Amino acid sequence: MRSRLLILAGVVLALLLATLTGCSDSGSGGGGKVRLRFQSLAWQKESVAATKELVKEWNAAHPEVQVQYVQGSWDTVHDQLLTAFEGGEAPDVIHDASDDLADFAYGGYLADLRPLLPAALKEDIPARSWQTATFGKGVYGVPFLQEPRVLIANTKIITSSGVRIPTPEQPWTWEEFRQVAKRLSGKGRYGIAWPLREPVSITLNLGLSTGGQLFHREADGKVRVAFGEGDAAVPTVVHDQVNVDGSAARTTLGMGGSDTLPGFFGGRYAMAALGFSYRQQIVQQAPKGFEWTVLPAPAGSEGLAQGVSPQTLSVAEDSPHKREAAAFIGFLLQPRNMVRLAQGDWMLPTGAAALKDPALHTARYGWATGAALAGALRSAPAQSVRGYPEWKDKVATPALQEYYSGAIDLGQLRKRLVKDGNLVLARYQR
Amino acid sequence: MALLGYLVFLAFPFFWLISTAFKPARELGSLHPTWIPRHPTLDNFRQAFDEQPLLRAGFNSLVAAVSAALIAVVVATPMAYVMARRRGRLATAATGWVVVSQAFPFVLLIIPLFLVLKSLHLINSVAGLVMVYVVWSLPFALWMLVGYVRAVPLELEEAAAVDGAGRLRTLVSVTAPLLAPGIVATGLFAFITAWNEFFFALVLLKTPEKQTLPVVLTHFLGAEGAADLGPLAAAAFLATLPSLAVFAVIQRRITSGMLAGAVKS
Repeated sequence: MRSRLLILAGVVLALLLATLTGCSDSGSGGGGKVRLRFQSLAWQKESVAATKELVKEWNAAHPEVQVQYVQGSWDTVHDQLLTAFEGGEAPDVIHDASDDLADFAYGGYLADLRPLLPAALKEDIPARSWQTATFGKGVYGVPFLQEPRVLIANTKIITSSGVRIPTPEQPWTWEEFRQVAKRLSGKGRYGIAWPLREPVSITLNLGLSTGGQLFHREADGKVRVAFGEGDAAVPTVVHDQVNVDGSAARTTLGMGGSDTLPGFFGGRYAMAALGFSYRQQIVQQAPKGFEWTVLPAPAGSEGLAQGVSPQTLSVAEDSPHKREAAAFIGFLLQPRNMVRLAQGDWMLPTGAAALKDPALHTARYGWATGAALAGALRSAPAQSVRGYPEWKDKVATPALQEYYSGAIDLGQLRKRLVKDGNLVLARYQR
Repeated sequence: MALLGYLVFLAFPFFWLISTAFKPARELGSLHPTWIPRHPTLDNFRQAFDEQPLLRAGFNSLVAAVSAALIAVVVATPMAYVMARRRGRLATAATGWVVVSQAFPFVLLIIPLFLVLKSLHLINSVAGLVMVYVVWSLPFALWMLVGYVRAVPLELEEAAAVDGAGRLRTLVSVTAPLLAPGIVATGLFAFITAWNEFFFALVLLKTPEKQTLPVVLTHFLGAEGAADLGPLAAAAFLATLPSLAVFAVIQRRITSGMLAGAVKS
């Protein structure tokens, strides 16, 4: 019995060793072919399909430059890339978000794309979008998809209430929005759901509409935090909706966007402040007959301006095939392809030609409202600030969460964001 | 009652995972969630298999976890025996090092480890990953086994020696059967640790065909906490099954092993 067991264990071990040997990386193939690894963060069914199709089309048309699609994940991309860069094993073409690029760009891990990209692509993407991926003097990513924050509203509730329906041409002011949210509130119902589990980027990005900037680059080139009236306007509205008017649901302060959807479908919230791409989840999950509409976020002294951190495509500095990688990016972001990617991710393209595509101007699913906002999108205020991730995690997130929940007042919020914030940033700017 | 309550508490996430895996998308978005799906569907499973290479990833995970568990047990058992039976400064120092080595967060280790594996040409290889898993699980495996060895009365080995058994015979016929439950439990620990491990697999495996199940599961997650919940739950449910199956099979072995050797024939 024992000997049989020993033989069995030996066979299992031999099989495993054989499998492991077979699993070893044999390195990239030869034959003079260039092989590029493209790490994509597309995750929704349609966007994965669109991206894979484009890779297939490229490979069919370019037998000498073959691209391998590698699936990455938004949740883990930063740590994974950092390790890969340090180990000299990064993918050739890298999909990320512009607000994640600063440290990689300043660290010398990404190639400056200015001499590599086709002229048509450079001209097609507006300067304000290029700004999101410009660090120092170099451009380290091609911004290609962007997502404004919008108000998704329950059509029946909002039309029956008799409030004025805002449009991109005539949006609500922040004060008007506050009044509307009050009117839409009722027994067991809140006017607005603010999913603020990660409150910093929402607050900063929407704050551009009221002239908020928070981060100011001074004459010595250093960035300092200052909290003026423009910065206070949006946080004050949200705070008062939760703590004074009762028109915003306190429970949503700790939620992510997806968490608010059941309450939104159930009529508990008349509106929800969500990213434009959440429409896909709404289409999938909304009960039959549920009617919803996309409204622009409220406007302030700066109109509908709001900050975005577009999705980007970069090339690793260590890649031996930078030109081929840039050519692949050029192919991927041709206007018609950019439209396919935008539709797959339910976002807006940055390219001017792609943005004109009729498919993105249909009223269906609010595409037209989103497309009308594209001109107002700016680089997120924190985009190129070194030390921002630490400021966000250690200072701004807890301070804003406490302020929105009513635990501290505006003066205390200001003090923490500025005083504690500048201490953090100073360490990165010595 | 307390035990029952505890079991219910432990089982709830798994129950909810199964329930979610069988719910259609519209039921997932309901304000009034149901314990049992009203309209159970296999769509989430179909979608999960359509979108991600779950079978291949599962096979990679299985190879990595079984290999890591076998190697960890084979290496740790003799080491544990020596550490448990030999008293002295070396054994004390070795025990101390095992404890200290557990204190290093692996985030600190990953870049040096990555560079070492790269120089050995073991990046993007399941063999490299297995090596990491063995090194990672070895200290705790050793710690567990030392305890099991110490629980085996030394007098039994001395009695065997008096009866004329040699060192090897004593180890194989007397000590090993009594140690079997400990070895099985340690192997189970090493298997589950490797099966669930995510971060090393994420950074060490570059190409899709090498990725393990935990890495592939993250592909159902989007930015800012957005998730393709139904397929994610379906895939996660399938990913828990091998661990449960291994545990179910081995649990019997642990129980029977505890009795084996108690009576010397």
